[in-house]
Formats: sequence, structure tokens, C-alpha cells
Amino acid sequence: MLKIKNINTYYGQAQALKNVSMHLTEGEIVTLIGANGAGKTTLLNSLSGVVPPRSGQIFFNDVTINNLAAHQIVRMGISQVPEGRQVFKPISVEDNLELGAYLHHKMLGGSDEVKKNKEMVYDLFPILKERRKQFAGTLSGGEQQMLAIGRAFMAKPKLMLLDEPSMGLAPMITQEIFRVIENLSKRKKTTILLVEQNARAALKMANRGYVLDNGHMILEGTAAELLDNKEVQRAYLGKDKKEIWER
Amino acid sequence: MFLKKQNIMTEKRQQILVFFIFATAVLMVPLFLKGSYLLNVLVFVGINTMLAVALNLLLGYAGQISLGHAAFFGIGAYISGIITTRFPIDPFLIIILAAFCAGVLAFVIGFPILKLKGHYLAMATLGFGVILYIIFNETVDFTGGPSGLSSIPSLHIGSLVFDNDWNNYYLVWVFTLAVMLLSINLFQSRIGRALRAIHDSEVAARVMGVNARVLKVQIFTVSAVISAVAGSLYAHIMTFIAPASFGFNFSVELLTMVVIGGLGSIYGSFLGAAILTMLPEFLRVFQDFDIIVYGLMLMLITMFMPGGLVGGMQKMAEITVAKIRKMKGKNAQA
Repeated sequence: MLKIKNINTYYGQAQALKNVSMHLTEGEIVTLIGANGAGKTTLLNSLSGVVPPRSGQIFFNDVTINNLAAHQIVRMGISQVPEGRQVFKPISVEDNLELGAYLHHKMLGGSDEVKKNKEMVYDLFPILKERRKQFAGTLSGGEQQMLAIGRAFMAKPKLMLLDEPSMGLAPMITQEIFRVIENLSKRKKTTILLVEQNARAALKMANRGYVLDNGHMILEGTAAELLDNKEVQRAYLGKDKKEIWER
Repeated sequence: MFLKKQNIMTEKRQQILVFFIFATAVLMVPLFLKGSYLLNVLVFVGINTMLAVALNLLLGYAGQISLGHAAFFGIGAYISGIITTRFPIDPFLIIILAAFCAGVLAFVIGFPILKLKGHYLAMATLGFGVILYIIFNETVDFTGGPSGLSSIPSLHIGSLVFDNDWNNYYLVWVFTLAVMLLSINLFQSRIGRALRAIHDSEVAARVMGVNARVLKVQIFTVSAVISAVAGSLYAHIMTFIAPASFGFNFSVELLTMVVIGGLGSIYGSFLGAAILTMLPEFLRVFQDFDIIVYGLMLMLITMFMPGGLVGGMQKMAEITVAKIRKMKGKNAQA
């Protein structure tokens, strides 16, 4: 479904991604792990067109997308849940969701579709329905994350890019968010690329994983392989140190 | 589901009702002020409201600053002024032409300028304003230079000539009310939401599929077009224009109107425009000290009402309602 071939991404002179390649097949959950500054977020931003790669190619369902603008990529069916949630704080929860469907109003010409999607999101996150008139800035961190995921889902994506959905959240909430992500993948047939600091939790849920280090893709494999890999265990899993909620 | 639908209905209805009351009040005012000097001031409140609303679309909705909006106001005024003093063409057609020219100019400079953010955007728009001000000043053959352009004809529809305060008041306020209504509607629309999203986080708006670059230029263009129309009206009402009205000072004054009234609030823009237009008239009693009183008032408003006048009043209303409820609760207990 998605093929990335040798992309190089720069911020000015600094190179953040060096000849990175990866692929996703339809229906998969793939996780991308790596230390801070390894280039995980940059990779997602390259995919979504926010920071376009300087060279290399990205194919989505056999269409080249590496030279498209961010809004065109959303139209192709790729939605990003940006790092740090980035909900629109001075805008109501409901309007945040409507913004997620920004392109769909025009394309489908029907607000019925949008309404249906909204009900679906409220089904996934009932708390959002309760708070739909509130400003998004007044929600708790977990609720904001739910809103950010719901908002991305409003675009009816084929592929969803999630950037550290567990960032700054309590373990209980993280668990709930992960459940919803699994749900999205199984029930709504959304392919998911998940970037996570919490490597163990991410690998448990994922089908496959990639490890990014200092701009290079150093490892790839099935989730089970990576969980067993000594190097991964040492560097990213903190061997034998399970968090309480994971036992 | 039923309940939700009702909510949306009442919200929209409420907005329409508020606007209807506002519009009626505005249109009734001249009946009480016939022949008064205040009516003349209120004509300019109308023009300034239009300009403040235009700037608010850009600053309050989309979060993009402009320190050069007086230039678009000037373009409207000068295109109308220059052409109608030379050729006997229907001035209303020239208003459309002026609006079109300002729109094209805004669209062309918008693409490079609106790539900039924050201070840099402020500097770029400031530069644009200064350049236009110099052009108004130096092209003496067309604009009359610093001594201005005089005997601009009044507007007329058939035999109805807009040459007194009464007529001008209705002329200006019909335009202003139309602009206000459109802006209020825009706020709750899909495009309005996208603009507010850009205001809050441009990157997040882009990954939602909002074409931020183009949308910013579009709202800049709309804002410029409204400003130019206000400029044309101003030229025909004053029948005399000079570059001093379209300089940097006026750009800053417009900005102050928007901020004092409340960012993103259309009625706030009206309040800000009304206060900044009328205050100097009332402060004449202080003679030379008027500028101090003026500055002090602006300072106090920005210090104690960071959300502008409309935001501040809303907060005060909420506090009073809460207090009354509390008192009622106490009475009930006793």
C-alpha cells in the first residue's frame, strides 16, 4: 500500500533522514521505534508532506506522492495525528471534528457522510460527545489525544499516521488509547503507522516494526522478532523492566 | 439527536436575531440625530467599522497581522478619486474597478508576503504600506501629492445624490452591515473554521487538508477588497483626499480598533471603531491633554480586558450572573 524508497530529508543543512526505505501493506499495524531525535517524527512529516523529502520516492497505492502538498496527500487518504496532539484549542470539540472532515464536505458534497463519521467518532469516544460544545483547550491530555485521533479519523483515511499518542499520558489512559487504535485497525480496516516511545506496548500491538537510529533504518522485522532481539531489548525495551500496567 | 438539532437552530436564530436588532438600531439612529454633527461622525464610524471588520478577518480569524491596511484603503480612495475627477463615468462602476485592482494587488503580493510569520509578516506589510504611501505622495500628476486631490464628485443613484450626512449615513451603513453579516456568517462556516485552525496551528491545519497557503492569500484578498470599497466610499463622501489619511498611523489605528474591540469579534470591531472614532471628539474638552486621556484609556482596556471590550463585557456578565445565582441560593437557604 505504501512504499518508501531511499528518502533523504533535511532541515536546512542538517540531514534528518538518510536513505530511509520501508513499506506497509494494507490492514497492518506497523510501529516505528527509536530514540529521541532519531527521525521518527521527521519520517511521518515527510510522508504527510509537511516536510517534503529532498530526494527519494514515496508511493501510495502506486501513485507517487513525495512531490504533493500536504492537503493533496490528505485527499489521497493519509491522515496524520500530529505529535503533541495539536488540537485546535480555542475551537469547540465538535468544530475540531468538522475540521478533520474539511476536504470531505467538498468531495462528497454531503454533510450526511460527515454526520455519520461524527457519530462513529462519538461511538469510539463517548466522552467527546459529552464535551462537544467545550473548547478543545479545556479537555484533559487524554481527551485531547482522543480528539486528535477522532479528528484524523473524520477524513476517512486509508492510512493513519500516529505520532506518539501516549505522550504525557497516564498509563491507564495510554492503555485505552491503544485499545482504540487496535479497534480502528480491526473494525474500520485502517492501516496504521505508529510512532512510539513506549516500544514494548507498541510492539505488542503491532504486526511489524522498524527501528530508526540517527536517521538510518537499522532494523526491521515482525513484532515478535523485534521483541526477542537482544539489541532492541537492551536499547529500547529496558530489559526485564516491565511497567506495572503491562504485566 | 432532536435536542442537538434544536440547539443548532437556536444558536443560528440567536445570531440572526442579534444582527437584526443591531441593524435596526443602526438604521434608526439618524431619526433622532437629524442635522446633528454627531451624524457626520457616525458616517466615519461606519467606514472605520468596515475597515476594522476587514482587518479582523485577517487578524482575528486567520491570525495574520497586517500593518499596511491603510494602503488598501488608500488604493480604493485614489482609484475612485483619480478616475471620477477626470472622466464622467458612473462612480459605482469605478468602486468595482477599485475593489478589483486592490484584490489583484493583494493576491499577487499575498503569496510571497504571507509565507512570513509574526514579526517578519508585520515588517513586510509595514513596508508595503510605506511604499504605497510614498507613491500617493510623489506621483503629484495623478494624486495631487501632499496637497491632495479635491473636488471628487459625490455618488448618485439617478437623481438621488449622496451629498449630505443623512444620505451618506445610509450609503455607508448599508455597505458596512452587509460586510458585517457576511463576516459573522463566515465565522461559523467551514472556511471560517479552517481560518481559525490556521490561527491556532498552521501545521495541524495543513495535515487536516487545509491548503493554508492559498487560504491565507484568499482571506488577505477579501480583506483588501473590503478595505478598498471603504476607501472609495470615503473619497466620494469627503470629496477631498490626501496621503496623510492613508499612512502608517492609520494602519496602527485600525489595528488598535480590532484589538480593543476584541480579536475575532465582529461587534467588537464595531465597538473599537466607534470608540476610536468618537473619543477624540469627546476628549476635546481636555484640550491639550486629550492625547494623555486617550492613551490612558487604551492602556486600561488592554490591561484589564485582554479579550477586548466584547470579551471583557462577556466575562463581566458571566460574573454578575454567577453572583446573582449565589445570592438567590443564599436567600433560598435563609
